[in-house]
Amino acid sequence: MVEQKLLELIERYLNGELNSEELARFELLRQENTDLNERIQTHKQFTDTIKHYGERIELEKRLNAFHQEIDVHALKEELTVHPMWIVKLWRNHHSKISVAASIAIFTVLMTLIVSGYFNNRETNYVQLKGQVAQIQKAVNGLKTHNSISHSNNILKTSNFRGTGFAISSNGYIVTNYHVINNADSVYVENANGKSYHTKVIYTEPETDIAILSVDDTAFKNLGNVPYNIKKGESNIAENVYTLGYPREAIVFNSGYLSATTGFTNDNALDSTSYQVSLQVNPGNSGGPLIDSRGNLIGVISAKATRMEGAHFAIKSSYLLKAIHDIPSDSLNKPLNINSRNTLAGLNKEQQVNKLKDFVFMVKVFKQ
Amino acid sequence: MNNIPTDNEVILGILNNSESVLKRLYLAYFPMVMQLIINNNGNEDDAKDIYQEAIIIVYNKIKAGDFELSSKLKTYIYSICRRLWLKRLSQINRYGGDIKDFQEYLVVEEDTENHNERDLQFTKMGSALQLLGEPCKTIIEEFYINNKSMQDICEAFGYTNADNAKTQKYKCLQRLKKLFFQQ
Repeated sequence: MVEQKLLELIERYLNGELNSEELARFELLRQENTDLNERIQTHKQFTDTIKHYGERIELEKRLNAFHQEIDVHALKEELTVHPMWIVKLWRNHHSKISVAASIAIFTVLMTLIVSGYFNNRETNYVQLKGQVAQIQKAVNGLKTHNSISHSNNILKTSNFRGTGFAISSNGYIVTNYHVINNADSVYVENANGKSYHTKVIYTEPETDIAILSVDDTAFKNLGNVPYNIKKGESNIAENVYTLGYPREAIVFNSGYLSATTGFTNDNALDSTSYQVSLQVNPGNSGGPLIDSRGNLIGVISAKATRMEGAHFAIKSSYLLKAIHDIPSDSLNKPLNINSRNTLAGLNKEQQVNKLKDFVFMVKVFKQ
Repeated sequence: MNNIPTDNEVILGILNNSESVLKRLYLAYFPMVMQLIINNNGNEDDAKDIYQEAIIIVYNKIKAGDFELSSKLKTYIYSICRRLWLKRLSQINRYGGDIKDFQEYLVVEEDTENHNERDLQFTKMGSALQLLGEPCKTIIEEFYINNKSMQDICEAFGYTNADNAKTQKYKCLQRLKKLFFQQ
């Protein structure tokens, strides 16, 4: 009962309904009772909340009334961002489209798998690798060809050509061992196109030298060999040239002596060879290497293939040694080595002109 | 009547309890908010809820006298609605992380947070009043919301004297407090 009276008093105080006498008493009470202030505050807050709540409800009612006047549906139509037909199509039918797409992808994959498409791809790849390997091989082959050598490769052809030169007027001819290796029959052909059958009478695989003897009755004496075989070594930078049959006709090429040693495929020094710098082709193998004074200083050969522009010639001293080593019973006719050089005083053109009758195309026939 | 009120008109109108200005304000910006909501996974009812909340925020802010127009009212309302809608979307897990905007907007988190606090109080008050039942609910509403005098209430409810009515009102208020703070 006291509580109720107090609350009534507080409410009247807050509403400003107290008369001056009551107000004075109430103010006195506030000073005496510290709790009272707090109670007044709490009560005010609570009743304010009720009041604001009421206002809110009222405001919402008003807003709802306004809202009634809006044609929401028309507005909605107007305001919806209408997506493009394809987007709408997707939104409305995306599940169906997804299923269709899945089936399509599955079908394509299955078809590809069944038809072995992927396997083929792999094969293609392997083929490509094979092709690359082939190309590499071809490139290597080209290299070996360029540098004359590689007997195996060359001799696989059934009809192979090299060069040879006479060392005597009666038909002893020098060429490379690798040219005539494994041959069934060997013919030589002179610059005029006449062929003669020959017999291999001596070979020296380690120096790549072979000596042939013409055993054809049609063969006529060549006359004196114009060059002599040099016994000593030649000097570096000496001008040299060669004649040979890289193609059907005789071909002249000149260059210089690059080094007094050659080297083998595994880079070991080869003292039996010169390194020469001159343009030679596969058919040049076995050709004579002549210096500017008309001395025969070597036999074109090639044992190394890895260096660009490096070709080799067997030193003439080894040729002489080989000639010396021919067993006497292999000689079917006397072998007289020419020691007179009739080219010395001539210019290169004259030298070559004389020389060309002593340089032969060596034709090798294999099964 | 349907033309868009100027921002100053709105402020003065609300401060002066002008029904027509409030209505013009309401009608002016609803389409903008509707556009925002229905194009961001909402429907027309969501738009109505969000928009009314925003209008209430603006209304209370103006009434409280702390409304400073730092931008266009239109932008402010849009920003409030955007913020409220983002919050709603994340509550119902419909928020895809992206919202399609139609207007520029401001950061208004403070305003919406204050509003949320007040909203919570009102929700509590509403349910407390429902639980209170009649005749208490009406007595409280008449006295505290509609500012009716105890004499009027006494007559309307047929109490024999004002003291009985006062006692009844006192009891009702005590129960309401209890219900309110229990929540």
